Amino acid sequence: MKTLFDKIWDAHVVTTVKDGPTQLYIDRHFCHEVTSPQAFNGLRDRGLKVFRPQQTIITADHNTPTINQDQPVKDEISRNQLDTLSKNAKDFGINFFYPLGHQKNGVVHIIGPENGFTMPGMTIVCGDSHTSTHGAFGAIAFGIGTSEVEMVLASQCVLQTKPKTMRINYTGKLGKGVTAKDLALYTISKLTTGGATGYFVEYAGEAIRNLNMEQRMTVCNLSIEMGARGGLIAPDQTTFDYVKGREFAPKGEEWDKSLAYWKTLKSDEGAQFDKELTFDASDIEPMVTYGTNPGMGVGISGSIPTINDIEESGRISFNQSLNYMGFAPGDKMIGKAIDYVFLGSCTNGRIEDFRAFANFVKGKKKADNVIAWLVPGSWKVEQQIKDEGLLEILTEAGFQLRQPGCSACLAMNDDKVPAGKYAVSTSNRNFEGRQGPGARTILASPLVAAAAAVTGKITDPRTFLS
Amino acid sequence: MEKFTTIVSTYVPLPNENVDTDQIIPARFLKATTKEGFGDNLFADWRYNKDGSPKADFVLNNPTYSGQILVAGKNFGSGSSREHAAWAVGGYGFRVVVSSFFADIFKNNALNNGVLPVVVSPEFLEELFKTVNKDAKALLTVDLVNQIITNNETQKTEAFEINPYKKECLLKGLDDIDYLLSNKKIIEEFESAR
Ligand code: SF4
Repeated sequence: MKTLFDKIWDAHVVTTVKDGPTQLYIDRHFCHEVTSPQAFNGLRDRGLKVFRPQQTIITADHNTPTINQDQPVKDEISRNQLDTLSKNAKDFGINFFYPLGHQKNGVVHIIGPENGFTMPGMTIVCGDSHTSTHGAFGAIAFGIGTSEVEMVLASQCVLQTKPKTMRINYTGKLGKGVTAKDLALYTISKLTTGGATGYFVEYAGEAIRNLNMEQRMTVCNLSIEMGARGGLIAPDQTTFDYVKGREFAPKGEEWDKSLAYWKTLKSDEGAQFDKELTFDASDIEPMVTYGTNPGMGVGISGSIPTINDIEESGRISFNQSLNYMGFAPGDKMIGKAIDYVFLGSCTNGRIEDFRAFANFVKGKKKADNVIAWLVPGSWKVEQQIKDEGLLEILTEAGFQLRQPGCSACLAMNDDKVPAGKYAVSTSNRNFEGRQGPGARTILASPLVAAAAAVTGKITDPRTFLS
Repeated sequence: MEKFTTIVSTYVPLPNENVDTDQIIPARFLKATTKEGFGDNLFADWRYNKDGSPKADFVLNNPTYSGQILVAGKNFGSGSSREHAAWAVGGYGFRVVVSSFFADIFKNNALNNGVLPVVVSPEFLEELFKTVNKDAKALLTVDLVNQIITNNETQKTEAFEINPYKKECLLKGLDDIDYLLSNKKIIEEFESAR
């Protein structure tokens, strides 16, 4: 009796170092401009080639502007990093290279699944912690550091200590206006940012089964925010339907063979997990964060904890955090004024998120005091937004669309929230300065972001839903 | 990678919990294409004012504290996979980070760059903060061979864990790539057996 995680892991063990980590074979390696240059330099220093160039996919996303992408990148250091990426792709013979402006370009964790690079049963790594996103397909996907990027380039393997396994079950159904993002933020608020450290998490139960692939990606994406190495969901018909027909997905006989294997990818009845938790999905409300880590979240109708609610060793950080946010202990979250809204990132930059946002703002108007950055996760998502008529709805409501990239998720480009300003953000981290020095981030779902964008304050989206 | 031996040093206290990688090295400093120079921007937003002048109240700007060891609050290094965080910590001159809990990826990244993460009990950590508050010149000994950390001031010791393979790597200054490259044949066999 094996867990889903064990089945995939075992199928990828090349060998085990004596008294040490496992040498794990990697099926897909995603790569971007920020965490790869030093790895390619390492290969050059050692006189090495890329071992399996067909298994690495490169995109430019972290450091890219979201306007005028057809023009040369203004920031010289950013441009250098992007040029370095192009040079590395060329020098090392990486064919799957999607630079700025390429129609397959976009945020690394968005283009992988949408082009069919991500498949059930795979091992997937990237020099980016949100690689956990790909776990939504029933894959072992996790973020690695640059030294490990170099290892994968050199040998298509990484050395990993096998993590412990945790299963989180969600019984019941999510309420109206409550999304996958809320489910994840709720879970992190219960577990804290370190609560799943050392574990690989499997998400299971009715509420997970009911999610579509985009929503499952949102859930798995946020696994890292509770410290987990990664998160995964057993593949099912929803997964197979999503994957079928994608450009790099198996075809014909290969497809049938793959499908037969994928159907075996689930935790056996009675398989043992190192830890198991259960939540009732119907307890979850739309969530917002009030502090400076993703574990500091509350239901939107709730209040910020008071100092007595906080363990003694955490009080310095708690106070520092509220001080940074300009909030007081015990404050209500509803009604707080906001300045910026960011819809995008590998957490919520997929078509589903734009549908939710657009449906909400349809027939309403953006609040005058709000600056909204709507950034599709990829050019394909952008195309879908246009094809589905969402762009008209958004334009009508006073919103503009920017060009794909990570954008204000980590504010490496010009999309920085000014110091002291409040941003309701659909991204994944509300760390100090994450969205720009001094920026104050409130993490939320696309629906809560939409409600904030039209009202100019924290608003429960459910009050608008009939 | 520089070989790791026993380190006896004064230490820098940072009692904050959940110090994330965006604090260790903010994203706007990640545009470099080499590993050098990150130490100057370690904890940049806590360390410098907008105009680049040092913030007097931040511990790295306090000349009372120095040393090759950083002692930090629980859950150090959560967040991003950026190895730049380990380069910044190492580049600044720290060879050891002590905490009661580390985020996974940071721990790996640190080890891959010759920086030793040492996990101690919350009580031991608490005492380290107390000791250094009393005497900023208090010493801490980190003995990798015997896997023992000693608060020299109080003579309290604690054993710490490290994967035997990683320990070997650190002691010899080897890295994982050397190991993997020696395994090419097994990798090819694995591939053809699938
Ligand atoms: S969108 Fe944000 S979290 Fe996702 S890959 Fe880009 S920077 Fe990382």
